[in-house]
Amino acid sequence: MMVPSPPARRPAALWPALGIALLIIINALFDLLAPGGPGLVGPGAFLHVSLRDGVPAGALIDILNYGATFVILALGMTPVIATRGVDLSVGSIMAISGAVAATMSVGGRPAAESIALAVGIAALCGLWNGVLVSVLRLQPFVATLVLMVAGRGVAQMITDSQITTFHDATLEYIGLGRPSWLPLPFSFILAGALLGVTIVAVRKTALGLLLEAVGGNPEAARLAGVRARLLIVGTYVWCGACAGVAGLIAAANIKAADPFHAGRNLELAAIFAVVVGGTPLTGGRLNLVGAAVGGLLMQCLTTTMYTRNIGADVAPLPQALVILAVCIAGAAPVRAMRAQKAAR
Amino acid sequence: MRLPVSPRQIPIAVAGLILAGLIGLGAVRFEHFASFPNLANLLGDYAYVGIASVGATFVILSGGIDLSVGSLVAFTSVLTADLIRHGWHPLAASALCLVLGAAFGRVTGWLVRFFALPAFIVTLAGMFGLRAACFLIAGESVSIEHPFLRWVSSSLELDAGAGVAIPLRSLLLLAVVVVGFILARSTRFGRNVYAVGGNERAAQMMGVPVGATTIWVYTLAGFCSALAGLVFTFYKQAGDPTSAVGLELSVVASVVIGGTLLSGGVGSIPGTLLGVLILGVIRLLIDFEGNLNSAWTSIAIGSLLLGFIGLQKLIGEIGLRSTQTGGSLDRAPPTP
Repeated sequence: MMVPSPPARRPAALWPALGIALLIIINALFDLLAPGGPGLVGPGAFLHVSLRDGVPAGALIDILNYGATFVILALGMTPVIATRGVDLSVGSIMAISGAVAATMSVGGRPAAESIALAVGIAALCGLWNGVLVSVLRLQPFVATLVLMVAGRGVAQMITDSQITTFHDATLEYIGLGRPSWLPLPFSFILAGALLGVTIVAVRKTALGLLLEAVGGNPEAARLAGVRARLLIVGTYVWCGACAGVAGLIAAANIKAADPFHAGRNLELAAIFAVVVGGTPLTGGRLNLVGAAVGGLLMQCLTTTMYTRNIGADVAPLPQALVILAVCIAGAAPVRAMRAQKAAR
Repeated sequence: MRLPVSPRQIPIAVAGLILAGLIGLGAVRFEHFASFPNLANLLGDYAYVGIASVGATFVILSGGIDLSVGSLVAFTSVLTADLIRHGWHPLAASALCLVLGAAFGRVTGWLVRFFALPAFIVTLAGMFGLRAACFLIAGESVSIEHPFLRWVSSSLELDAGAGVAIPLRSLLLLAVVVVGFILARSTRFGRNVYAVGGNERAAQMMGVPVGATTIWVYTLAGFCSALAGLVFTFYKQAGDPTSAVGLELSVVASVVIGGTLLSGGVGSIPGTLLGVLILGVIRLLIDFEGNLNSAWTSIAIGSLLLGFIGLQKLIGEIGLRSTQTGGSLDRAPPTP
């Protein structure tokens, strides 16, 4: 008879990392086996990396270039989900943030002011969500659904229902800039720095413990003296601010604020990145590195779609199927079934 | 002090007053606003929202949520238009879409029940997946043209006198409301829905088939959304993959404004009709105003939803206090 041992804590970043590897292998096989295809590393292949104007280019580089948005969104969403919440409004907050920055910039304000105001308003949106969830005790998906639908309207009103293009070197640098000493884009460095700061804040202070306590059992945490309400408001403010930064990157990438398309369809992707990275929807656990790798997996999936000529409009279909599969694999009845099988 | 209405009826009373106030506001500001043809049109314009809301009322009554409403309406709409374009008879296409809608709802309910997944994540995946599926069928709007549809829209109207014809879709909405009302109030299924939403554990212990009820509730919602999609398609004479975006908020708002608690177990179908009418009048006011950005509609709907949730919480607190001092609140619907 086997003595049941406590489950070993696997690094949760393993699953999304395996997913990325799998996607890259599938892409490489496609390139290799397609008749008349580019071969494994020929021009146009997924693994092909070339130097364009002294800057590396190719599908793999694109994943790093554009992955920052997903990574930052996932970092913001992780504490929210860890405390049993969810934020469906991140896409609309991205649109609002981009619209604010572009409108300010066109109005002749300095970049620092535009950036600060954009992120500040995004954090205010998060505060709004947090108050609805924490003080008014609304279910998180209803509270944030309001901003998800109405927020896009707000963004349209800010830009007067137009796509506002801007020309500002500092603003553009957030999305397109590259430091001369590193072959990586600034947005990726920004995402890495945010990840570092978050990990230190969560794991080197009591914050992570408190978040997991509130997510694990809110009532017990409250009785133990954790200020759960304040903490929950805080997670939504953080999530809003992160969505604001992601919105700035998205706007800088196209040098314009598009209130109709900025951040569209990203809500599900952000939740997926967090869940596949080891933070369950039921809360109580929190894995930041896993979420960040999950964000890269999302970008890998998106880039794969583009290289296979699947349009942005259709891309959410496979995403939705994959997230359902991941949720089913992690669902309590399935876990119980697996545990039963293992015990036999 | 004794209020003339019981605490449970306050939201409905407030909703009724708001509806009257909004129509009054329109009548004062605009000529012809409160005219009979205009208000009759309103019922037809918002018929699809109403039909989808009746299905969603059952879901919310059972303690669940359905975020896939808008996408399912758009999917039905695009699929119907595409089938008709490929030579199907509209009735055959409609029948297929209704079956597909109910089947989709059934799968949703099954996922929620069997894997104990949160309803919002399953229906959120449905919302994104179905919207993407719309674009898979047709990249852009597909207009439909069929002799049968022309015959339906020209002949099947109820002449209400004074040159006003009430279109078929308004009558369909009223029929769905009546059927939903009877289903919720006077059948075993309806009673089970209230029981599951009120307290799932207690319902389970009393022998209510919780699993079957949950699955049927989502099946019903899927069917209603598909029916709403058909009404929408034949009304717009086109299937557009970008249509009905954000409909889920309108639907949740009309259900909540109509007095249904988001936590489940309390609410009614006629209340939902009242909620739909309020949203319709708001939309009409913004359209009459002319120079207002259409984004105001979603902002107004969101604010109204939050306002009514706030009102419900307030009444809940008062109700709790009256319970503690010996009063009682009937959570279940009255026995017929």
